Order: sequence, then C-alpha cells, then structure tokens
Amino acid sequence: MVKLVINGKEITTEKENTVLEVARAAGIDIPTLCSHESLAPYGSCRFCIVEVAQKGRTRMQTSCTLPVAEGMEVKTHSERVMKIRKILVELMLARCPESEVLRDMAREIGVPHCRFERVRGQKSLCHTCQACTLVEQMPMHAPDTVPATIVGRSGCILCGMCVRLCDDVMKIGALGFEGRGLRRRVTTPFREPSEFCITCGACSSICPTGAIELLRVRPQEPLPIPAEFELGLANRKPIHLPFPQAVPRVPVIDPATCVNFMTGGCKVCEDNCQVQAIDHTQQDKIQEIDVGSVIVATGFKTFDPKRTPYYGYGVFPNVYTALEVERLVNASGPTGGEVILRDGRAPKSIGIIHCVGSRDNKTNRWCSRVCCMYSLKLAHLLKEHTEAELYNFYIDMRTPGKSYDEFYGKLLEEGVQFIRGRVGEVTDWAMTPDEEGKLVIRVEDTLAGFVRRIPVDMVVLSTGLEPQADAQDVRRLFNMSCGSEGFFLERHPKLAPVNTFTDGVFLAGCCQGPRDIPDTVAQAGAAAAEAMVLIDRGYIEQEPNTAYILEEECSGCKSCIALCPYTAIAFDEAKQKAVINEALCKGCGTCVASCPSGSIAQRLFEDDEVFSEIKGVLAYE
Amino acid sequence: MSASSKPKIALYWCASCGGCEETVVDLAEDILGVVAAVDIVLWPVAMDFKYKSIEAMPDESITATLLNGAIRSTEQEEMARLLRRKSQFLIAYGSCAVSGGIPGLANQFPREQILKFNYEDAPTLGNGGPKTRPQLKFAEAGREVSLPELHNVVRSLDQVVEVDYYVPGCPPTPNLTKAAVTALLEGKLPPKGSVLAPDIALCDECPRKKSKPTNVSFTEFKRPHQLLADPELCFLAQGVICMGPATRSGCGSQCTTGNMPCTGCFGPTSRVRDQGLKIMSSVCANVAPKEEGDIDKVLTGIPDPIGTFYRYGLAKSMLRRKVNLPANGK
Amino acid sequence: MSKEWKPRIVAFFCNWCTYTAADLAGVSRMKYAANTRVIRLMCSGRVDPQFVLDALSRGADGVLIGGCHPGDCHYVEGNYKMLRRFQMLKRMLKDMGIEDERVRLEWISAAEGEKVKRVINEMVGQVQKLGPLGIPQKFEDWDKEMEHFAEQVAEKDAAAGCVCAAQEKPALATA
Repeated sequence: MVKLVINGKEITTEKENTVLEVARAAGIDIPTLCSHESLAPYGSCRFCIVEVAQKGRTRMQTSCTLPVAEGMEVKTHSERVMKIRKILVELMLARCPESEVLRDMAREIGVPHCRFERVRGQKSLCHTCQACTLVEQMPMHAPDTVPATIVGRSGCILCGMCVRLCDDVMKIGALGFEGRGLRRRVTTPFREPSEFCITCGACSSICPTGAIELLRVRPQEPLPIPAEFELGLANRKPIHLPFPQAVPRVPVIDPATCVNFMTGGCKVCEDNCQVQAIDHTQQDKIQEIDVGSVIVATGFKTFDPKRTPYYGYGVFPNVYTALEVERLVNASGPTGGEVILRDGRAPKSIGIIHCVGSRDNKTNRWCSRVCCMYSLKLAHLLKEHTEAELYNFYIDMRTPGKSYDEFYGKLLEEGVQFIRGRVGEVTDWAMTPDEEGKLVIRVEDTLAGFVRRIPVDMVVLSTGLEPQADAQDVRRLFNMSCGSEGFFLERHPKLAPVNTFTDGVFLAGCCQGPRDIPDTVAQAGAAAAEAMVLIDRGYIEQEPNTAYILEEECSGCKSCIALCPYTAIAFDEAKQKAVINEALCKGCGTCVASCPSGSIAQRLFEDDEVFSEIKGVLAYE
Repeated sequence: MSASSKPKIALYWCASCGGCEETVVDLAEDILGVVAAVDIVLWPVAMDFKYKSIEAMPDESITATLLNGAIRSTEQEEMARLLRRKSQFLIAYGSCAVSGGIPGLANQFPREQILKFNYEDAPTLGNGGPKTRPQLKFAEAGREVSLPELHNVVRSLDQVVEVDYYVPGCPPTPNLTKAAVTALLEGKLPPKGSVLAPDIALCDECPRKKSKPTNVSFTEFKRPHQLLADPELCFLAQGVICMGPATRSGCGSQCTTGNMPCTGCFGPTSRVRDQGLKIMSSVCANVAPKEEGDIDKVLTGIPDPIGTFYRYGLAKSMLRRKVNLPANGK
Repeated sequence: MSKEWKPRIVAFFCNWCTYTAADLAGVSRMKYAANTRVIRLMCSGRVDPQFVLDALSRGADGVLIGGCHPGDCHYVEGNYKMLRRFQMLKRMLKDMGIEDERVRLEWISAAEGEKVKRVINEMVGQVQKLGPLGIPQKFEDWDKEMEHFAEQVAEKDAAAGCVCAAQEKPALATA
C-alpha cells in the first residue's frame, strides 16, 4: 500500500505501478507519445514529465518510468511542467510538421507555432497546402528536405515505439535504431528491404506521427484479411467481432492470421483487455454428447454466380450479388450504408436480375422461393438510398406471403421498372454512346416482344439457394435421404414435413428446401415439438412387422450389416453375431431376403407365410 | 445269410467320382473300429459282393446303406430302389446323393447333347472311323445283354426313394462320417430326414470371419485364379464369391484355410429352400452401383452363375433342370 | 380340365408404392386383365428370389415385381437391392430356359394407377403369346422316365420270382 499525492489529490495504490499508471487510473490525464500498454516504459518522448517532490527534493521526472513511492507529491500540470512540454512539442514539430498527433498536442498545450527551424539549417518554406489552417503560420518544409530514413515520410520523432513493438511484442525484430545524435534513425538492417517483416502493420499503426511507410520496410503489398461477414467488401483484423449480431457477442481470434500463433509474440489485445478475457492457449475440444433426437438445421449456401459467367460476376467490378448489396445498404456495413460502386461513384441506374441459379436447366432447376421478395426489398432500399433508376428483370413475380403482393404493388407505384424476361447477358461492350462506361443488360422483354439493351451502372444478381457443400456428408451421418436437388428429404411432404425416415432425426429450415424466415421459424417450432414429444412421452410406438435375428442360427457372416438404411443391424463383437435394434427397424424386410442362411425372419411376413400365399394364389386356375 | 449279430452296412456308389469312397478310407485308424463293429455286405470299390446277394437278403435286413452319387442311370435307380427296400436306414452320403452334386450340372443340357459330345464330338476322342454310341441292348450268340440307360434328368437320392438321413459334403469330412456312423451304431439318431451337419453357416467356424468387414460392397468380382488371394482376409471382402454364408459348417473350413473360397458342398441350412438363390440374393444386394448398366458391368465378374451358385445343388434347386429341355430326348 | 388356358401371373407389390397404385387403379374403376394374383410385401427389397422361383415352379406363367421408383423407396434403398438381385436373376432364368418376358420388374409410384393397368395388360399379352410355362407339368413329365423304369423292374422281378416284398412306388421328394 503506497500513499501519494497527485495534483493535491491523495491516492493510495496497492500495486507497484508507475506514476503515469496511477495518475491515469485516478482519471488524471498525462500526455504521452512513446507509451503503450503493451510496451515496457521507455521514456524517450519526455512528454509525460511531471514535477515530483520527494523527501524535500523536487525534480522533473518522466512519470512513465517513475515508480510510486510513499509520500510522493506529484504535479502533472505545473508551470514548469507545461513550459517543458511546450518546448518539446515545438522541437518535435520541427521534425514532423505534418503529424496530426503533434498538432493536436500543440493546440491543447497552447503552442501557436513552431519557432525552430528544420534540422540541418534549411530555410523554412511554405508551400501553401491547406494543413496550416489548423495552426497559425506553421512553417512547412518541402518533402525532400525531410530527414531521410528508410521509414518515414513526414518525419520520425525517434520515440522508438515501432522498434520496441516489432522486437519485444511481435518478436520479429525487423526494425532497429541506427546511428547516434543527429544521424540517429529508425531503419532495417543495412537499410535493405526486410525479408523478416511479416507486414502485420503494427509499426505503422502505433507510430504517433505516421512516419512509417510499410512498403519501405517490406516492398510487398500486405495481404488484406477479407471480412467474411462483409463478403470481402471490407477487411478485418485477426481479432474481430464477426458481426454486430453475433451470438455470443464477443470477438474471436483467427489463428491463421494472428501474429501470436506465428511468432509467439504480440498479445497486445490481451494487454489491453481490462477483464483478462483473452486466452491464446485455448485448444479445440471434441465433446461427445449422447442425445436421443437431433434436429438438422444446417441451412443453405448461396449460388456461386461464377457458374453463370455471362452475368459478369468477378469480371466486371460493378456486378454484385444481392448479399453484397445487403451489406452495402446496411448502416453497419463496409460503406456505412452508402451504396457506392467500387470506384466510389454513386450509381445512377441499377439492374436487379432475378433467378440467377434458379429455375434454370443449366444450373439449378428449382425456384429458390425467397429471391423475388428480397429483390423487391433491395429495389425499394436502393431507390431510397440512391434515387437511381431501378430495373428488375424477372421471369415470374413470386410474392405469395402476407402483404407480399401488396409490397410489389407499392414498388410499381414507386417507379421501379419491371421487365419480364430472363437476362441473356451482361456486357461492357458499348454499341451506342449512351452505353459507354456502363454495363449493358441484354434481355428479351417478353411482354413488349423484343430484345432490349439496358445500360446500367450497377448490376445486382439475385442468387438462389442451394444445399450446403457438405450436405451429402451430413446426410450420410444421419442416414437421411435427399431429393434429386440435394436438399434433405422429409418423410412425407404433407403428413410429415419435419420428420426424416430415421426416427429421432428432424429437419428444420433451408437444409430441407428453400424457404423464408417466417416459414423456417414455423418449421423449427414444429421440429422442436416433435423432438419434445419423443422426449416427453417416454415410449415409442412401433409397427410390428420388424425383423429379428434367429440368434442360434446366425453364423455372423456380416452380410446384412450394411444393408440396413436405418443402421438397425449391428454386429455384436462379443456374441460374434448380428443383432437387430427393434426400435430402429422399420420392417422393410430387405435383410430377411438377403440372409444367405435364412437366419433373419420378419414378423407378419415370415418366409413360410409368403410361401403359403404363393401356394394359395396358385391353387386355382 | 450268416447269423452275425453285427449290424450290416452297405456302401454303394452311383453317379460319383469315387471321392466319397476315399473319404471313408480317410477315417484312417478309426476305420478299423468301424470295420470291427459292422458287417459290410456291399462295397463295390473295395469288396467283391454281388447284386444277387443283396437281392436275396430279406427286406430291411441291412441296418444302413451309405449311398453316394447322384441317380442318373437306370442301373443307379435300380440299385437305389433295391437298397431302399433292403435297408432300415438309407443315408444319402455326399453332395451328389444329397442334392445331385456336380453331376447335377448336366441338368442344363439335353441328354442327346451330352451323349453326342462324349461319344462323337469331344476333341480327345481317338476312336477313329464311324462314331459309335453304346447300345442299350445287344444280342449275340442267342444271348441278350443290356447296358444301363442314361436318364434325361440327374436326380438326388431323395428324388428317387425316401431317404432317412443326409450326410453332406464333397466329400463328407471324416469327422462327419465318424459322427454319422457312431450315431448309427449307438442308436442315437436325430429325427428322420435330418441333415447330419450343423445347421449354421460356415462363417461361424471360418477363421477369416474376424477380418471380414461389416460393409463389404462389391465393385467387381474376381474368380480365384484372377488374384493372389490374401490368406487371412475374407474372400468376399476381396471380391471373390465364397458360398460360405449360405453353406452349412462342420467341415472345419478346410477350403478357406487352404486359401480357396468355399464352393458350397455342404448344402444350405434347413431354413433355406434354394441355396443358389439365397447366396445370389445376399451377394447382389451388396453390389455397389445403382444403375442397371453399372450393375450389369459388376455382375460380368460372375460369368457362370448356375455353375457358381448351384455347383452341388442344381438337381435340388427349385427349377431342378433347364425347363425347356425335352422330357425324353432320344 | 380342357378349359382354355389363361396366364396366371403372381405379382409381388411393395406396400407403399405399387400396392397403393393398384388400390388407386381399383378405386378409379380401371378395367384391366384379371390374371394377376397380388401378394403384398412391405418393400420390393423383401422379394426373395426364392419367392419368384417358387411361384414359377408351382405353376405361375409369369412373375411381376413392383416397387418404388429409384430414389423414392419408402425404406430408402430397398428397391436398389431388388434391382441388383433382379439383374442377376434375369441371367439365371435365361440360363435355365425361362423367357425374358415372364419375369418383370417395374417401378410404379403410388400415384400411377394407370401404369399398373398398362403394365399388367402388357405382361399378360406377352405371356399369353408365349404360352403356359407349366413347370409342375414338366416335373411330372420328367419323372415319367422313372415310372417307366419302375414298371420294367417289376416285370423283371416277376420273371425272376424274387421273394422281395411288393415293389414300392418311387418316392418323389417335392421341392
């Protein structure tokens, strides 16, 4: 327990902190440039200087390196301290006049302009850029007189944060100090482009003056990490919150890109976390849970529009999928809700193409059910956000739900243009001056009766729904059938839409077939109810025509085991014979017909019964 | 005949290869015990008794006759009937007597075709000159001699006379023979009509069962000469047809231990009416493809299904014989 | 007994598809050949080849097997197992001298009452042309060679004055 006084305030602290930490914890702000939670105190920028009175002596000390002691009296903003700080700002501004951080500090402290000339005695030259409007009469230097460093555009203040970060925290050590005095600079070994740098960008993000150009450290474009939720329209960091509605709403760390997994270093996130919630040592755990029923709700995947190359996705930059546009119009999306093209322009005309990968003999034959409605929704939102000319190209307008068709009517009134025809192609080949620089949608307008070319700025593809890529593996896991399209098969389309042929396995949602949210929720409720019935009732009713093994006679030849689609037959290693789980047997009799020694029988359909039937039906002419 | 108190035994061979006779000899030392305990009244391969002596015996005076071989000629039929009359127990000994055996495969062909091939068309014939067929009757010097006539249909013993017990196998293994004879001599016989072999399929005692996977799925079939068979893995798992799952055990798995698949000589279990159909049903249900063309392709690996599935049992199969053959061909 | 011969066809129909289709044909009052005698099984996979041959050897002139369409089997894949057996069964029947048209496998779904009518009419027509298969009669004819022989033996015994007991009729084991 240490008691000290800061700015007249009595503060007690238990830990062995520095004065800076204690002051900040007490809400007293001391400005710093070279201090960071993840870095050991360095004391290079000197901004955090405070006046310390201890045992009758007063001295000026950097608070970041000063450990607290009993009875200390600290003044963080005394006249002497402020004078020192002002000079420090001026000195640094002389080196890095463009640094926003330094200018902000200057403004805060009350330094109107820098009185010092540049290093090496160059005359100050103003080249009338707009930047000096922030601070009066700020002398500017031409860029080529800036002290040359391998890193550095506007000037490095030699705070050393980049070096310390790269070395101590990231454990790479691609940067270091070179030289002494006026010649001291931050650079890579032999000032050669570094092959060790992992382009993590830590140095350039921590630099207070923005002096580091990553390309000068390693002449290679760093690979962006595309954010999955933003469909690659924005990037993310290795530690990120997947999306605002994530459950649970906590960030996750991507081990493929996190520096700690690469070098064992960094962990800046852990240092910053106030509640120590981050654990880099977490391992994948495989848990086995015994359950009695399973609801399969594995969802769908969107159609990949690269399979319809004539719509230009991936070829023309301004062809988007509907899901990408959903992110564009979303206020928490990569563009903050602004619908802009890849080059930043706002589109003046937008074409929405329905049935991409649906109702198509060449790709998927089925109707994906939700696309017409979401296309209408997008048309409405795009109209609102951009005032652009909207075109929807449809085959049929499928609006079957509550108020759905009324919504369609509303759009007609809003002036969205609906053209009935499956789009043939999207091309950038202009045939008239109107079409220059635009994407041309070629479509037969079947209601008007001729082929049209409609130039638009932006094309939106309403991609359909497909089974997940691993649907076949999943369905074999649960012994489910699937239809010819690959969606899981229900036991009966009318009488058992949430059951599968295997008892205890239920279906919900788009894994069974394309459907929208209200239908999915209803189906999920039904599946949950079915599962609960199984749990609640305590017994199952079974058809009596099950198969049974004649245990003494079974030779254990194992020929039947793989035949049962319900996995009702298993091989009992102890008995060395087949055994049938009566609860799983559905009574088809396939195993009975296949048993080569006649050792499986079926109740109600015994061999002898059938032979008698045959004899009976042939007993008369 | 002699007032010997020892039970009388007859062994007779019909359409057979002689293997069932040899297997009796295979009893080795045990045969001495048998010979000492019984009075053999007929054993053409080993002893010189005449038919006349059998005909002269009272009915049912022979305790047991072990009759091997299928019935396909008039002589064999005659002897089968004779021995039935003269015996208390008539035992069908060996696969030929039990179910027609390999001679039963002749039921795929008309009699005329068989005779023609054997006496006229076979490439190994060295008769030279005009092709001669055996005559059924021949008269010379005032005497008429006759030869047995080949039947049109090969039959199992029980398709000619009533059979008391069946000892299967091609040939029956010594352990089975010993057990049958012992049961006879001790009077501890199972119900009439029983097969004197375990009523459970061969897989039960086959050492390869452990290595057989539970998910054998056929993408092709191989015949034994088309691969170097793994001596420990189940044949079906190697794509080779093994009749084991459809065949009675009791033989000690001699064939599979000798790296050859079972060919089904012990016949089906009592719960099966047609051995060939049951093994076909089991094997084909596990064929992998689902399209007709692909299925057919896999099944070309079984070029002779009748010969493979009915090697020993065609005469007792449900159809018995190729149905469009004449009842009585010349 | 000199009635004009009519084909007798034994049909094995799976409960869920073909049997229901046959029901539907009935409910829809469709008229079709009456020669089929239907035996209901739960799945075409239950059709043991022994059933098919038992029917033929007891006098059926043809056998029709009906199951769900591939991919639609109520029990997932029973019809595929039937199909695989059937492909081999056809080969074996051919080797045993039975004409192709006599044993037929059809996929008939529950809604295809019309197909039941068409298939049965077609098959009856084909079998009618082929004539009776008559296997029980064939068994009898084949075994006549033994009756003939038994008579010969009786003559011979009578001539020889054998003290043997009365000659027994040959015992034919039935399949």
